[in-house]
Amino acid sequence: MQENKRISITVIVAVILMVCGGESLRAQEHAGEYLQADIVFGARLYADNCSSCHGASGDSVPGVSFRGGEFRNASSDFDLRRIIANGLPDSAMPPGEYSGAELSGLIAFIRTMGDVDPGTLTLGNVNRGRAVLIGKGDCLSCHRIAGNGSRRAPDLTDIGVMRSAGALERTLLDPDGSMLPVNRPVRAVTREGEEIIGRRLNEDTFTVQLIDQDERLLSLEKANLQEYAFLKSSLMPSFEDQLSEQELSDLLAYLLTLKGVD
Amino acid sequence: MLRPVITSFVLLFLVSLSADAQVTADRLRRASDEPENWLTYSGSYSSIRHSLLDQISPANVENLKLAWVFQARSLENFTATPLVVDGVMYVTQAPNDVVALDAKTGRIFWVYNYIPSADARPCCGRVNRGVAILGNTLFMATIDAQLIALDAVTGRPIWKTAVGEPGLGYAMTLAPLVIGDKVVVGVAGGEYGIRGYIAAYDAVSGDEVWRFYTIPGPGEPGHETWEGDSWKYGGAPVWLTGSYDPDLNLTYWGIGNPGPDWNPEQRPGDNLYSDSVVALDADTGELRWYFQFTPNDDYDFDAVQIPVLVDLDTADGGILKVMLWANRNGFFYALDRATGRFLNGRPFVTVNWAEGLDDSGRPVETPQPPGAVTFPGVQGGTNWYSPSYSPNTGLFYLSAWENYGSVFMPSPEPTEYRPGQIFLGGRPLSPIQGAEPPGALGRGHINRSTEMMGTGAVIALDPRTGERRWKFEMTDVTTSGILTTASDMLFTGGREGYFYAFDARDGELLWKATLGGVVHNGPISYQVDAAQFVGVAAGNSLFVFTLGD
Repeated sequence: MQENKRISITVIVAVILMVCGGESLRAQEHAGEYLQADIVFGARLYADNCSSCHGASGDSVPGVSFRGGEFRNASSDFDLRRIIANGLPDSAMPPGEYSGAELSGLIAFIRTMGDVDPGTLTLGNVNRGRAVLIGKGDCLSCHRIAGNGSRRAPDLTDIGVMRSAGALERTLLDPDGSMLPVNRPVRAVTREGEEIIGRRLNEDTFTVQLIDQDERLLSLEKANLQEYAFLKSSLMPSFEDQLSEQELSDLLAYLLTLKGVD
Repeated sequence: MLRPVITSFVLLFLVSLSADAQVTADRLRRASDEPENWLTYSGSYSSIRHSLLDQISPANVENLKLAWVFQARSLENFTATPLVVDGVMYVTQAPNDVVALDAKTGRIFWVYNYIPSADARPCCGRVNRGVAILGNTLFMATIDAQLIALDAVTGRPIWKTAVGEPGLGYAMTLAPLVIGDKVVVGVAGGEYGIRGYIAAYDAVSGDEVWRFYTIPGPGEPGHETWEGDSWKYGGAPVWLTGSYDPDLNLTYWGIGNPGPDWNPEQRPGDNLYSDSVVALDADTGELRWYFQFTPNDDYDFDAVQIPVLVDLDTADGGILKVMLWANRNGFFYALDRATGRFLNGRPFVTVNWAEGLDDSGRPVETPQPPGAVTFPGVQGGTNWYSPSYSPNTGLFYLSAWENYGSVFMPSPEPTEYRPGQIFLGGRPLSPIQGAEPPGALGRGHINRSTEMMGTGAVIALDPRTGERRWKFEMTDVTTSGILTTASDMLFTGGREGYFYAFDARDGELLWKATLGGVVHNGPISYQVDAAQFVGVAAGNSLFVFTLGD
């Protein structure tokens, strides 16, 4: 199913590319580089923060056309990120306080405006997403947000700052394939035969520190273990078949609002 | 009342002793013969970091106990290696304070406080690696590129000489090297478009005696290895102490990266003498020979390592004067130090930027495709961490980073040089998305490293072949130097905060202590009264051990 969903996105982009065959080369070059979730997230941010000057089509500022891939001061995503964050002195472009995830979203949307019809994007609803997280997704049985939920899986209180929309979507759909190596769970078996599975917090040559499935902080001496290895699969299930596309979009929209505690 | 009087008398005696017993140039030449002291950054001019003390041995090392701790009032990494002179220890406290302590108890005699100019802009930490001594004068090179002479008894300044312009990125982090009546230093700033140099100063007056530019100027041999004006901003810094062979009267210095660091297309040519070792006449600073390890460097592979000078027996009963060099580029080299001739070399870690060395020692380069991982990564297979050579075992020991790669991203356009501004020409990236690479300064308290993010190792090599004899693997990388002793002890540390004692013959771990901070310097050994001490810095403190009762 996950493959089918990705294929559908690819097909949509390909069809749009055929229809928009006259668009600039630069925009087409970037069509496949960005993830749908980042583009969707960026579309929302763009509408709220950018469209009043740059216009819905991205061509209201003279000399700049996002749809056409025309930029006055940027030649790379790195440049765009810098300009969006810092603004441009002696111009109407102000600095903006955006998280890394928000910058990734804005850049993904700006770079693909010539390829993607915003009307085809499935925008999530934050309130519905929170309900999915608590209810159908049952996320708090493993994760924790601002003091509520389990400690078995990583705390999500500031996940909207730590991860981009695209990365979060990948994790929800394909936890195994998207798991960062540093987040792989570990499995240890003591000399006495006790099996311990948990999240690795720290490690050195002689010891490993982790939080296990019973939420205990454990420090193990490697010399006392008969087995110690990373697990190749995530302890998190895929939500590919468990949530609808709308529910996934809603959940993503909510997760992206989690920016820590004030 | 009697005991305080006696104690005062003993302390007065010690201080007066150090005032009288000057460290002559001849004592520096024979530093290895007085193992109770540690008289230069690397312990001796040969820089083998091998102490003839043997009180602490494999048979009793388990009895090592903490003697004292010096907690620096600085949050910078403690990269300084102390000197010990007749019972008095001289060590720097970052960025540029000098502290004199009783080497037996750690009690402080005096502190010299120096506030560097606000223009100072060392690339990679406001650190200092220690002082040098001649007579009763200490010499410190500062991060604002000043050379300062201090009275070793009082801690008061004698002279200060400007070596470089800090506002242009010139800085000094190394410990000076005293040769004869001169103090030799080099300038850092390879990330700021400096033109590097090594310079010698008169120890009495502070006047410059000679200067060797590490990038040849117009008309000089080697200038043709730079195009256009690239030589003016080509870097080639010097930020680690050199070595000296008194018989050849040659002083050897490792030269750093060309600038901009990661865009070799902006500086076509071999870029001499970046990433090279140079052999200079110690009296005049004239170049006698050079050997370049990494021509037209793509990777920031500074040849800023300690030149280790060793005399090897030959099959016909003669002696071959060699220089051993484990380079940041991942290759181990043995050179004839009289001529610079390449003798042998081979990788000591995984290397894929070159498939080997040709008969002259020049790398046969195999650049990786854009976006692919290059081994070793930007911090190298090793770096500035001092190696050691033991005449007892005949082995060369180094701290290495294994399983460590980077993705190099040169800038698509040339980088404009702006005076005093960072001049990099690209950037290295982590090979694993979302994973923090182990940087030059440490990775914080948490290590969740994985494959390609680097693991540390102490490696013992046969200097005649470069083959491994033994290895001790660490989970995190290591930035520690190494000390060996006549009793076949090997002391070193690592980023995990352990201080280790190994059997230098086979790598067996004999003892360890947890110091709770990254080891950023090299252990030293010395003796006061009848007791041998070993000292090592971890985190922000210096820890000194001796045998318990």
